[in-house]
Amino acid sequence: MAMTVDLPALEQTAGPAATPARWSRYARPALGLVLPVALAVGWELAVFLGYSNGRLVPPPSKVFATIVELARSGELSRHILATMWRVGAGFALGVVAGTILGAISGYWGLARRLLDPTVQALRAIPSIAWVPLFILWLGIFETSKVALIAVGVFFPVYLGVMGAILSVDRKIVEVGRVFRLSGFAMIRRILLPAVLPAYVVSLRVGLGLGWMFVVAAEFMGASEGLGYLLIDGQQLGKPAQILAAIVIFAILGKTTDWLIEIAAAPLLRWQDAFGARGGA
Amino acid sequence: MLALKDVGKTYPNGVHALERFSAEIQHGEIIAIIGGSGCGKSTLLRAIAGLDRASTGSVSLDNAVITSPHARIGIIFQEPRLLPWLSVADNIGFGLADLPADVRREKVAAASARVGLADKANAWPRELSGGQAQRVAIARALVPQPEVLLLDEPFSALDAFTRRDLQDHLLDLWADTRPTLILVTHDVDEAVVLADRVLVMRPRPGRLFQEITINLARPRDRKSELFDTFKRRVLTALDRSLDRAVRDRADKSNAGEAMWW
Repeated sequence: MAMTVDLPALEQTAGPAATPARWSRYARPALGLVLPVALAVGWELAVFLGYSNGRLVPPPSKVFATIVELARSGELSRHILATMWRVGAGFALGVVAGTILGAISGYWGLARRLLDPTVQALRAIPSIAWVPLFILWLGIFETSKVALIAVGVFFPVYLGVMGAILSVDRKIVEVGRVFRLSGFAMIRRILLPAVLPAYVVSLRVGLGLGWMFVVAAEFMGASEGLGYLLIDGQQLGKPAQILAAIVIFAILGKTTDWLIEIAAAPLLRWQDAFGARGGA
Repeated sequence: MLALKDVGKTYPNGVHALERFSAEIQHGEIIAIIGGSGCGKSTLLRAIAGLDRASTGSVSLDNAVITSPHARIGIIFQEPRLLPWLSVADNIGFGLADLPADVRREKVAAASARVGLADKANAWPRELSGGQAQRVAIARALVPQPEVLLLDEPFSALDAFTRRDLQDHLLDLWADTRPTLILVTHDVDEAVVLADRVLVMRPRPGRLFQEITINLARPRDRKSELFDTFKRRVLTALDRSLDRAVRDRADKSNAGEAMWW
């Protein structure tokens, strides 16, 4: 009885939903663009029609022109490469250290009791507070900058790896024991695949912090890099240059995050998660 | 022969789960262990599997003492415990990593066909129904051809139809190589339909209460009168094993009784 009542209702919702599904594949990302595009166009018009002189907040066309100008002179690629190199090196160091120490702490109880309290205490220090010390120790040039970025990347990766290992399902580990996996085989066949999803998340968080810290690092006296463009724009009163650097930061940050996401996607196809089905 | 000699287990928290359990199980026998909750049946199974060490006594298979998981002993848990990152075929072949790839592929293909999942070989575990997932778990445990297969309430999470289906299927698979089966269950019907011997346990601390031999020819007709007679005998033994418990702890016995009927 219930079936005959329920079925037509189900069909009703399934029928029309099929067409919007195809449509919404393009419409949904586009929806997110409505607000920023409207604001940009609105501001452009406001300056164009003379409601504002646009000196402190230059219109999008001026920001774009600045980017083009910087690109044409070859300066832009020099700054981008400098910043990318710092983020890349700091990220690599932070990931290696965070992964190794996180894995040791997660896998080995004694090491966790020995190591984790110290790491957690260090984590509580705002990383920027290291800047003066790093400059004294490592000098004003590249090394101190890379070190600061590495510190920023280290903590989320360390926490992510340790937490992921600690939360691996005991029942799954027992399957490994039943098949007499031990040591390296247990790590390779059970632990690594089990921690991979959380590891990818921690890499993405770490990379985000890396981009954050490169700005702080470049504020402490750099002669090139996107952070230098920001400081230079402030000191010489060029807000368009500041906004141009910010826009490029956004593009680079999003692109590198997206690269991690697509690199990991083939390894995480098995996941039965809400997000994996595209969400709602 | 699997010999259990005075197997006892006291957990570090002081719980005395199992006391002096002894039994001799011949090769190819099907044993069902049945009893109320807390009678140590899962503890016993984990000791046989070598997953937990017994506090007292010993488990030995053909005179080799079992203290850790053993190649000749397989286990199927209550949940399928499939590895979510491996395809169905890779899950089935999980215990065959030492074999050359082509032999492994062949064995996995045969096993997945045997449990009726040949068309699901490339599916992810999340795409399977509960019954299909448990079939994969059965295939995974059977494909290395263990001499003893332990089953810890393997069908209790499934609906009645699927459960009956898988019970028949298990007997069918058992007939291929005739391993020793030791099945922990709380389903009287399941015990009588599968087992040569039913070991009834009683709780607190868990120990053997009564042994009932089911000398019914297979395949067994669940609707026959003789089947009912054996069922009644097991039920009576269970009630008696719990009657003692009524005096010990009145609050638990009602729940237990409701479970049997």
